[in-house]
Amino acid sequence: MPHVATIVVSILFDGLAYAMFLFITSVGLSVTMGLMGFVNLAHGAFAMCGGFFVVSLTRSLGVPFVPSLVIAATAVGFISIPFERYLYRQLYKSTDLEQVLLTIGLAFMSIATFTYFYGPIPKSVPLPDWLEGHINLGFRAFPSYRAFLIVVGAGLIAVLWYAFERTNIGAKIRAAVDNRRMAESVGINVDRLFTLTFALGSGLAALGGGLAIQLFGLTPSFAVLYLVLFLIVVAVGGLGSLKGTLLAALVIGIIDTGGKYAFPVAGNLFIYAITVVVLLIRPAGFYGRE
Amino acid sequence: MKIFRWLGLAALALTVGGTAQAATIKIGVVLPFSGPNADLGHQIDKAFDLYVKLHAKDIAPHKVQIIKRDEGPPTGAVAKTAATELITNDKVKLLTGFVFSPSAIALAPVINKAKVPMVIANAGTAWITKLSPYYVRLSFSMWHPAYPMGLYAAKTLGCKTAAVAYTDFPPGKDSVLAFKTAFEKTGGKEVLSIPMGSPAQVPDFTPFMQRVKDAHPDCLYAFIPSGAHATGLMKAYGEVGLKKAGIKLIGPMDLVPDNKLQDMGDAAIGTIVMSHYAVDLDNAANKAFVAAWHKEYGANSYPDFMSSQGWDTMHAIFDTIKKLKGNLSNPTKVIAALEGWSTNGPRGHVMIDPKTRDIVQDERAMEVYRKPDGMLGVKVIGTTKAVKDECKILGIGRCK
Amino acid sequence: MAASETMAVGPMREQVRERAAGFLISRHHYRWPEALPWLIAIACYFVFPDRMTFGSQVLVMVMFALSLDLILGYAGIVSLGHAAFFGIGAYVVALGSLRLGWSEPISGIIAAGVVAGIFGAVVGWFMLRYRGLTLLMLTIAFAATLQESGNLRSDITGGYDGLPGLTFDPLFGLFDYDLYGRTNYLYALAALAVVFYFVRRIVYSPFGQALTGIRENVRRMHAIGSPVHLRLVTVYAIAAAIAGVAGALFTQTNAYVTLTVFDFDNSAKVMVILILGGTGRLYGAFFGAAVYMILEDYFSKLSPTFWQFGIGLLLVLAVLFARRGVLGLFEDSSAYLGKRKKP
Repeated sequence: MPHVATIVVSILFDGLAYAMFLFITSVGLSVTMGLMGFVNLAHGAFAMCGGFFVVSLTRSLGVPFVPSLVIAATAVGFISIPFERYLYRQLYKSTDLEQVLLTIGLAFMSIATFTYFYGPIPKSVPLPDWLEGHINLGFRAFPSYRAFLIVVGAGLIAVLWYAFERTNIGAKIRAAVDNRRMAESVGINVDRLFTLTFALGSGLAALGGGLAIQLFGLTPSFAVLYLVLFLIVVAVGGLGSLKGTLLAALVIGIIDTGGKYAFPVAGNLFIYAITVVVLLIRPAGFYGRE
Repeated sequence: MKIFRWLGLAALALTVGGTAQAATIKIGVVLPFSGPNADLGHQIDKAFDLYVKLHAKDIAPHKVQIIKRDEGPPTGAVAKTAATELITNDKVKLLTGFVFSPSAIALAPVINKAKVPMVIANAGTAWITKLSPYYVRLSFSMWHPAYPMGLYAAKTLGCKTAAVAYTDFPPGKDSVLAFKTAFEKTGGKEVLSIPMGSPAQVPDFTPFMQRVKDAHPDCLYAFIPSGAHATGLMKAYGEVGLKKAGIKLIGPMDLVPDNKLQDMGDAAIGTIVMSHYAVDLDNAANKAFVAAWHKEYGANSYPDFMSSQGWDTMHAIFDTIKKLKGNLSNPTKVIAALEGWSTNGPRGHVMIDPKTRDIVQDERAMEVYRKPDGMLGVKVIGTTKAVKDECKILGIGRCK
Repeated sequence: MAASETMAVGPMREQVRERAAGFLISRHHYRWPEALPWLIAIACYFVFPDRMTFGSQVLVMVMFALSLDLILGYAGIVSLGHAAFFGIGAYVVALGSLRLGWSEPISGIIAAGVVAGIFGAVVGWFMLRYRGLTLLMLTIAFAATLQESGNLRSDITGGYDGLPGLTFDPLFGLFDYDLYGRTNYLYALAALAVVFYFVRRIVYSPFGQALTGIRENVRRMHAIGSPVHLRLVTVYAIAAAIAGVAGALFTQTNAYVTLTVFDFDNSAKVMVILILGGTGRLYGAFFGAAVYMILEDYFSKLSPTFWQFGIGLLLVLAVLFARRGVLGLFEDSSAYLGKRKKP
């Protein structure tokens, strides 16, 4: 067995990469749930959609991987706008249960539609050469794709943080999350804000979906298979909080990876244990508001 | 000339069949047509349809009427309802299909009561055939590929130590137990055994592969359900650097299913699998099978080991119909007709063992390599002939 | 308060109490449309004797949905982990038969209900302090933890290949199980009737009224000193027990159980069924389960993909236009027709 330090570094690295995937895909859900109070269980469907766009772009149109990710994310972001405007908006005042059911219904419809067009066989994407290799740092070689995930995640975190903390729009969003009525009364167009945030969240989900193909393969069922995982990240992190989602993603990603390394028999028990422990102590998650 | 052959056959049929009525034999097909495992069901279903289409004249004047029902998820309950209704409502003479072991397991009491023969086209838990005298299996038991692989790894590949990694559900456990039994019998030592999450969701394989790498075995025997898991595992195997570290990846055919092999890239090259079928298999029956498949389903569609099982299953059923002259009303006769049935099919020579009603087939060690045309393929590097299910021979666990 | 007002409080209080009691008692009376689902169920036995295996599964689902209605429709607890208790009941009966030789069916399902109810009480006591997303995730985590733990000890549970070949004594020592599942159907129907009787009594009792109060306005219930937490835990335990009985019936009618009984899909499916039928109406469970499973059976023969699309569409339409489910639509349309009759 190698040195303990090497094992720890490996787990941290792999866990970090996994956490970045969790963060990218879940952050949109956290913000929309926190901002609009809307439980969007079709979030996984947007991720799945983005994944299939990437597959079609790379395989059928020959677009390279990284540009495909950007195009798919933007496209899904735009596509989500009419959903928000004409469908979701009608249910902002409804109960959580009704929102859950509407969005589950949408998720089912999307799975069936994509199964019809793409079939049930899992898909993969061709990666450029520089993403297929390893980065050798002497004591360990790190897979390039995982390093790529970490870089993309870190970059997104920086961009999002800047956007939320330093820009006007970010300030408006934060205001609307804190106190919607107050924000409206000072003239913030909350409706447009919602649409923008939702589009952003869905676009990020699509990006996460595209990045996930290399990790998990892509079938239409992706929309619901990992949904519980995203919900866990959001609940544990706290609704509407960027910091919370990030912390939750890190905790879950690293502990799950470490758990799988050290005690693989336990399966997913670590994730559920974290969920229960955190929620019993802090029901609103790490950075949620009561 | 062909026309004389047909005329001759027709004359023969008329004289031999004589006043035999042309029977329509109802056959119930239970396969997963929905949900995440739908592609498995489709692979077998396509083989069934193709065989029936091409060989309908073989059983003339009799016909088969195929009634398809969804097997549902691997809970057993939906399959049980579907198959029970096929028996009681549609009055099928025979049931076939069954991708999931729980489906076949759930049905045993029903089959024993109704006495309807069940010809299993996939479900692989070893002791399934013991549950009912009316079960015949044309596919495989987990032990068919795993046990010979254990012997092969120790004797031919020179693996002194092995790690095993498996998806944490009964087929995985069966498979690694079979491997371990054979491997340790031949002097090998299993140094690590890791369960790798549930079959429902593809996990991140990286921590499991990292753990294997840190244990420095000579070989890694892995079992995952065919499908998205296979690609995920292969990618992790490559990314974590096990290949570079010289740890050989071995396992059953599920590791490199034909329709996903091309996506696996260079990491797959050098993987050795033990399988009863590969699309590249060089025998006359397989060449004809693959050609017919492409003709019917397109050049981009490939049969896989499940399709070959489906093909042989329908072949066995058709031969039984011919043998019994279309009269399948006596289940004991049907089972007797199937026992000892053999053919040279796409998998090579296969036979149904009269003692166990399980399949006896050749297992081939195959290595993944890059063909001159750039595509990935498998080549046979060793064959173990007429492999039986060792679990039942050794009487392990529920196989007793 | 003026003296005159205080003087009038006594008799007024009596009047109010009488009216409240009268209201509760009136709801208690059985009205004739209530007999319909039962008559239909009995009729199915004669009209569709070859679909009794399927029929038993529908009845099991009705009972499962009924148990969810108690917590969702009446107490307002949103749970996506109710399959946990279904699974507990299923395994109590399976392990009882396999390991303890306890194969008497009726005592088996009662035992399953009791065990599931105890789990419900314990788990509910911790979890029901929370609401919303927190509670939802805790219910999901509980069911998932049971499933993973069951896989950990697959030597006991049989894992995903389950426990086959379970045998149960003939009912009352007389009625054995036949291939057509007729005995099972009547057995499940009788169990459902007994369970339904109890549920109906609970729901129309003062306890049931308190539950509705909690669902409608928790703060007010706290304010009037109602023991909210205790009431919630009680109803959760009762619902868990009923779900356990449903699970036990599932195992007995199938003679087989696997860990898939704990699947998240089952918890989601029973919620969809209940919503489509209509929550808070008890009979919503009947309509929802029957309609869903019949449609599923019919469409999945045609095209499973189409079925999934159809059920998704149905959900979307239900939320947008028929928020109170099929029964809600009935009520609305009969109210509409009633209005039209009057000049």
